Amino acid sequence: MNPYFKRLMWPLAVLVALIVVNIAVTGFDFIIPSVHDGRLGGAFVNILRRSAPLLLIALGMTLVIATKGIDLSVGAVYAIGAAIGAQYILDRDQSSLVVVFTAIGLALLVAAVIGAWNGTMVAYFGVQPIVATLILMIAGRGIAQLITGGQIPSVSDTTPFVELGRGAVATVPVPIIIGIAVFAALVLLTRTTALGMLLESVGGNPEASRLAGIRSKGITVLVYLVCGFCAGLAGLMGAANLGSADANNGGLWIELDAILAVVIGGTALIGGRFFLLGTTIGVAIIGTLEVTIINVGLSSQWQFTAKAIVVFVVAMLQSPEFRAWILKPFRPRRAPDAPAEPATEKALAK
Amino acid sequence: MSDEPIVQMTGITKDFTGVRALDGVDFTLRPGEIHAVMGENGAGKSTLIKVLTGVHSPDAGQIHLDGEPVRFASPGHAQAGGISTVYQEVNLTDNLSVAENLFAGREPRFGPFINFRAMRRRAKELLDGIGVDLNVAAPLSSYSIAMQQLVAIARAVDIEAKVLILDEPTSSLDRDEVEVLLRVMRKLADQGTAMVFISHFLDQVYEICDRMTVLRNGKLVGEWSTAELPESELIGHMLGREVEALDAIERESSRRRPGDGVEPLVAATGLGRKGSIAPFDLDIREGEVVGLAGLLGSGRTETARLIAGADRSDSGALAFGGVEVKGHNPRTAAARGIGFCPENRKTEGLVGDLTIAENMILAMQASRGWARAIPPVRRAELVADFIDKLDIRPANPDLPVKNLSGGNQQKVLLARWMLIQPRLLILDEPTRGIDIGAKADIQRLVAELSGEGMAVLFISAELDEVTRLSDRIGVLRDRELIDILHEESDMTTERIVDTIVTKGGEQ
Repeated sequence: MNPYFKRLMWPLAVLVALIVVNIAVTGFDFIIPSVHDGRLGGAFVNILRRSAPLLLIALGMTLVIATKGIDLSVGAVYAIGAAIGAQYILDRDQSSLVVVFTAIGLALLVAAVIGAWNGTMVAYFGVQPIVATLILMIAGRGIAQLITGGQIPSVSDTTPFVELGRGAVATVPVPIIIGIAVFAALVLLTRTTALGMLLESVGGNPEASRLAGIRSKGITVLVYLVCGFCAGLAGLMGAANLGSADANNGGLWIELDAILAVVIGGTALIGGRFFLLGTTIGVAIIGTLEVTIINVGLSSQWQFTAKAIVVFVVAMLQSPEFRAWILKPFRPRRAPDAPAEPATEKALAK
Repeated sequence: MSDEPIVQMTGITKDFTGVRALDGVDFTLRPGEIHAVMGENGAGKSTLIKVLTGVHSPDAGQIHLDGEPVRFASPGHAQAGGISTVYQEVNLTDNLSVAENLFAGREPRFGPFINFRAMRRRAKELLDGIGVDLNVAAPLSSYSIAMQQLVAIARAVDIEAKVLILDEPTSSLDRDEVEVLLRVMRKLADQGTAMVFISHFLDQVYEICDRMTVLRNGKLVGEWSTAELPESELIGHMLGREVEALDAIERESSRRRPGDGVEPLVAATGLGRKGSIAPFDLDIREGEVVGLAGLLGSGRTETARLIAGADRSDSGALAFGGVEVKGHNPRTAAARGIGFCPENRKTEGLVGDLTIAENMILAMQASRGWARAIPPVRRAELVADFIDKLDIRPANPDLPVKNLSGGNQQKVLLARWMLIQPRLLILDEPTRGIDIGAKADIQRLVAELSGEGMAVLFISAELDEVTRLSDRIGVLRDRELIDILHEESDMTTERIVDTIVTKGGEQ
């Protein structure tokens, strides 16, 4: 079997299982998209739409993790992106497309600069990724509060800005389009160029990569920059969907969900091989799970516990040791001439 | 020495997804004997050992320990049965003391507390028992790898190991350290411990082993007592053909004396780095193989790393192609055409998770930058070409490189640099820990490349390898380049040893 597919098989199985549970409870309406008011709807489409910000962040996180790094600041960057976008529009002509695009451009620029800052600290100053990004994880929300002046800026429902979260193009919700576009862009960026391989090399063995002449510092900065950019874009989408930017709670703990999605998707935290498609499946699992809990009639208090259980199951399924152990009774016995039982106590006692 | 075998393995067969790693192999170990398991990489040595130590369970065959049939489910299980293993890499805790390492998990207690006094006393006794004198209170990391290995052995022996497996224990030791290790082994054998010894160093095998079992391609070739099997026959059994492979690699063109008027490709003047190598002068000309010889820790690797740009120098100057090199680092070095295969191919050379193909093109891709990927068709051609040329096995470019044997890994690393067609190739211990066949291949390649005009800096702990390949030999001692031998008559092991002894004595 293709090793790449092997990695994706277990997360995919869990996703399918979750979908089957939902279909069993709520019928096929869960998976079949419907069209309301000229846009696609239905339970599963809504899950995908709401998961789009997490997807962007998790994809950026995947690349960072591939380099042996981690970015804890994405939730804060999300808040900063949202704050810049909403505040800039609120202070100006909300119906102007120029204003909206300037706001988006500005927010993305700042998010990318923040990402590059993280990357610079990691690559050039040797700060451990967890420490370097922890700084902005804490400070970032403060910066977002400064931008919004401690308020929660709410934009008008008529500004074109909200289309980023609520709109649809040819019936497809804009967040889903952006999610697919960013996924495709990152796959192209990493797999048609040599960036993906060099990332895996730097993450897999930094010293060997250095001696092979790879510019690992530049690559590292680039990856954190992309991650920051994705977080800023996710923040804009979130703010557009809500019509407001909450500096304190926007994207709260999203970094942990993103890391979770990456790990569920088969990318190891120790760096090296990464799987953007796996991450995407991981995001879908997390999004579907939250809906499943409600659909099967559990109260929302169950959310964290249920999430933990699913993560546990995925982690176990990905462990070869666990699979061997659980499958042992089902495996046909081989080697008839070999004694099947382990060493006798008698022999060991000697 | 009793004749009743302590370990008897019969008809051991082990398959790995379609590949038969062991095919009906028998192996017998008697108490108090030192028994070598010989074979090329891939012959099945390590699989046999892993079956014996419970890492793998055999698909067919029986293991008897002390006459009782056993089947080990895990290494812990095997250890409880009295089979201990000491690996090349020491599995101990660096920052604990020697005594703590010896008794970790079974410390002498005083109530709930560890009785450190008793622990140190017993540690001392234990080490005295095998004739090793260490400060047992000092952290393990303050001792050399060799000493750490002896501690590991002492620990294994104290846990009542009836069978001790030594897997390449000597490959990172220098001559004196090997002597100590062999002495301890002899002492243990006299006390009745049975040992399985795996080593690529034939002279050590002949020095210490009573018997040897030879494997080839997963099959048993035979078992001999050491005295009955001359070295040439042993090599013949291991390779399955009458080999004069190693002898045949005399340089095709006889050694060239460096022409006086020729500009050197590389010229180091007063190049040095504090604490690692004293300032040295060294020239390398095109088409020339310069060997570096010296004991472990003499500064061979450090010299190579300065020229390769892997370490920064803090004195002197380096010129390449007549131009002074500024801001030397691995990337600019590669751009100039300097390829460097570092000493430790696993930690500094290869990226284990990446495939053979990816590891091969890494340096070439790095020099192009990430944005300009090598076109897939061209990449496949290049990789297939080098897999074929260097006879890399298995010849599957998409296999993770960590699954290859040492010799094949080394070839992948060589291919990485050959792909960028370097003008200078620096090889630090390229033949360490690899089988004779691959060793011969690599030596032949070095001779060939230099014949085509490439400059080569070649490091090896095996002096006859250095003398065979080199046009000139830099001799190092105590982190100093003490002499450069260049006369045809100087290219002998004796001359190098002599230089190390006499020249070193002057200082």
